[in-house]
Amino acid sequence: MATKSMAGLAGYRRPLPGTQPAHLHPPYKSSLKRAPTKPLIYLPQTLTEITGPTFGPEFVDVKACDLTRAGSGEALGARIVVSGRVMDEDGRPVRNTLVEIWQANAAGRYLHSNDQHNAPLDPNFTGEGHAMTDDEGRYRFVTIRPGEYPWGNHHNAWRPAHIHFSLFGPAFATRLVTQMYFPGDPLLASDPVFNCTADEAARQKLISEFDWETTIPAQALGYRFDVILSGREATPMEK
Amino acid sequence: MTLRATTSQTVGPFFTIGLTRMNRSELAGTGVSGERVTIEGHVVDGDGIPIPDAVIEIWQANAHGKYAHAEDWQDKPLEAGFQGYGRVPTDDSGRFSFTTIKPGAVPGPDGKMQAPHLAVSVFMRGLLKRLVTRIYFPDEAGNAGDFVLNLVEASRRGTLIARAVAGRPGALEWNVVMQGEGETVFFDCGM
Repeated sequence: MATKSMAGLAGYRRPLPGTQPAHLHPPYKSSLKRAPTKPLIYLPQTLTEITGPTFGPEFVDVKACDLTRAGSGEALGARIVVSGRVMDEDGRPVRNTLVEIWQANAAGRYLHSNDQHNAPLDPNFTGEGHAMTDDEGRYRFVTIRPGEYPWGNHHNAWRPAHIHFSLFGPAFATRLVTQMYFPGDPLLASDPVFNCTADEAARQKLISEFDWETTIPAQALGYRFDVILSGREATPMEK
Repeated sequence: MTLRATTSQTVGPFFTIGLTRMNRSELAGTGVSGERVTIEGHVVDGDGIPIPDAVIEIWQANAHGKYAHAEDWQDKPLEAGFQGYGRVPTDDSGRFSFTTIKPGAVPGPDGKMQAPHLAVSVFMRGLLKRLVTRIYFPDEAGNAGDFVLNLVEASRRGTLIARAVAGRPGALEWNVVMQGEGETVFFDCGM
């Protein structure tokens, strides 16, 4: 069934089967009572879905891309540079879109009242960052390599190190929240969140790549993480 | 197509760290035209237990039925102070509340106008991918012929329509029920 939109505007592509998680993924216990039990209803994209909130530079604190300097002193842990491009499925840059991130500190502890993990907080690290992509779709954060941490999903469950990413893109239909992982993490194989997506290639794209080019000598290792948002349908829709 | 969209992951339990900054529960600034409404409700899981770690996002047109977006081609006025964006987390008892204006009608895929509605994204710990739903308005003549409402079997349509709260003009109740009796209708609109 072709997506219908209006006035010659193309809709946004739907994901290939298996490349996005199902809502119910029993190994992830929290999904059991929170995933819908009835099938989703197919919604042709309308003007509502092919538009969406956009944010100008007034919504961005340019200092918020450096998470190591949110406090009065330097954050503890290994400094890293996390950068990449936000693109659509045709490789076109997604410009001027807001990227919001959050993460645990170097000890694997979140600055959150519900995080009861017995690991220290860092008074100089909040774990919140945001940035706007530039004209090439690029973003760049300086932060601390997040620690792994235990959680209650199953016996001896540990989350691999990760950084949460939230992006709007150009339309309501392109909204994405995901997580970025680190190469070589031995916890990935047993993590039900990372493994919720059936498609192996799609899962692997969540793992950042170590990157000499963005590594700063004597300062910080670089990791590269590109984010791909839904691309536009090739043909304009019927009116 | 050379690339494929990045796979979604859950917001997890600690999303307030990164998402609170852009919370917005009052969508319409002073001077914005339209009928003011407060929409409130709760988010509950399959056992009816309130979900305290969810966040909903709103996207809507202004009172003229115009989206604050470059691709809305309609010759209708924008309103300064109205972006149409909202983000509201649930509180410890699983409740949320926001105030906005009732949007105007916007074009639908069948060449007719859609009834006034808000697009809603739902995120929470336990959800690996956002869910999309809509809020429609009670006693709205356009609901009967609305293209999207008519995609939904009649017995479930009510989950998409807010209810007036008795004794409080302008107050509407709309709930998100993840599973079971009264399970909210969720849509597949792409990502």
